[in-house]
Amino acid sequence: MPYAVEENEKFSAYAHPERLVSTEWLAAAIEAGDVAGGDLVVVESDEDVLLYEMGHIPGAVKIDWHTDLNDEVTRDYIDGPAFAELAAAKGISRDSTVVIYGDKSNWWASYALWVFTLFGHEDVRLLDGGRDKWIAEGRELSHETSTPAPATYPVVERNDAPIRAFKDDVLAHLGNPLIDVRSPEEYTGQRTHMPAYPEEGALRGGHIPTAASIPWGRAAAENGTYRSRAELEALYLDEAGLKAGDDVVAYCRIGERSSHTWFALKYLLGFESVRNYDGSWTEWGNAVRVPIAKGTERGSLPA
Amino acid sequence: MTTSPLPPALAEIVDDFQALTEPDRLQLLLEFSRGLPELPSRLTNHPELLEQVVECQSPLFLTIEKEQTDDADIFRLFFKAPPEAPTTRGFAAVLHEGLDGLSGDDILAVPDDMPELLGLTRAITPLRMRGMTAMLGRIKRKIAADMAHTRAAADS
Repeated sequence: MPYAVEENEKFSAYAHPERLVSTEWLAAAIEAGDVAGGDLVVVESDEDVLLYEMGHIPGAVKIDWHTDLNDEVTRDYIDGPAFAELAAAKGISRDSTVVIYGDKSNWWASYALWVFTLFGHEDVRLLDGGRDKWIAEGRELSHETSTPAPATYPVVERNDAPIRAFKDDVLAHLGNPLIDVRSPEEYTGQRTHMPAYPEEGALRGGHIPTAASIPWGRAAAENGTYRSRAELEALYLDEAGLKAGDDVVAYCRIGERSSHTWFALKYLLGFESVRNYDGSWTEWGNAVRVPIAKGTERGSLPA
Repeated sequence: MTTSPLPPALAEIVDDFQALTEPDRLQLLLEFSRGLPELPSRLTNHPELLEQVVECQSPLFLTIEKEQTDDADIFRLFFKAPPEAPTTRGFAAVLHEGLDGLSGDDILAVPDDMPELLGLTRAITPLRMRGMTAMLGRIKRKIAADMAHTRAAADS
């Protein structure tokens, strides 16, 4: 049974309000015993692998983007059997309502949500504002590692095509809208990695020609929540120039920051066709003979 | 791989990690993160004296100070990382407990790949381990520069 959808003024303006929950809503659900009872599964997904252990939302389970969701050998996500095993161990069934939250304005949480969506998990929502908002509001934290009763989860074949773009897809997509969500320094080609983040080795700097630069964090307010529909429209429609019905690809460095933007475009603004290019700059910036533009201009496609 | 022996305090930490299973190693790293000493006020009031190690995923600042003792010059290590970056704090605390107060030669002799010995690479991922290697590298570079400066001053 899908869990009731939250209704409030901010969310109702979004195309898919059922994809977000507020901290108040989650606190009430916990109070009602729905997390303890397993009707609702809360998942924490952070950049820092130890943050969950520092205290988490009571009853939440931890999923690490790197050790749990990425394949250990191939640069890819885990396969159907591995996802089924992971979900079952975390107490998640195919029909569970899953609420994901994390640090840094849900940057890694939206990445986890995107991976859940690759497996077609139907009811997966983000906690608007994430970990920081929950803590800022002085809400309860638990230091007890949750040990949910194992669930059963079917082996589902991942369906990448609707929401994931590979390099060849991006080459075929050129001429259609692209959103580059990295920092301005990465976009212009001044640097190939995030300010103050590890150098992950891209041989060339710059951006995919014609991509609009909308750094991911601009979609989030100071308290980590998504900006209002009107603010998001100003950003992606007015500034980036997207039009209703556009087929959009978003990318960043490895596909995590662009998951945050993918969520905004897909569920908050309601673009039907939005794909996340997870190869992103660590692939494009190393690929042979792909077109690259440098500087602040979007650039044009080679003739 | 590592050949030179580690300073005793660091060797003990490595042994402690090695004796544990992977999940318990993460717990131990978390305990280290809680034990990272606060900066002395002369440094909290002068953030410009600290250098950022940009290879770390979360903001990590460090500096060294030389102290003269009867035997030799020793180096004191100082780190700053936010509480919401426990992995980074844990690494910093390991290096602090293992290396603080040693001579420059002892610290420079620590192998660059020492962080690998903690047995955390699989649980933490190579990407995150890089931050710790970079921290150790930065400490060694600063100490080497200081010692070269001291020698040059003595020669002139």
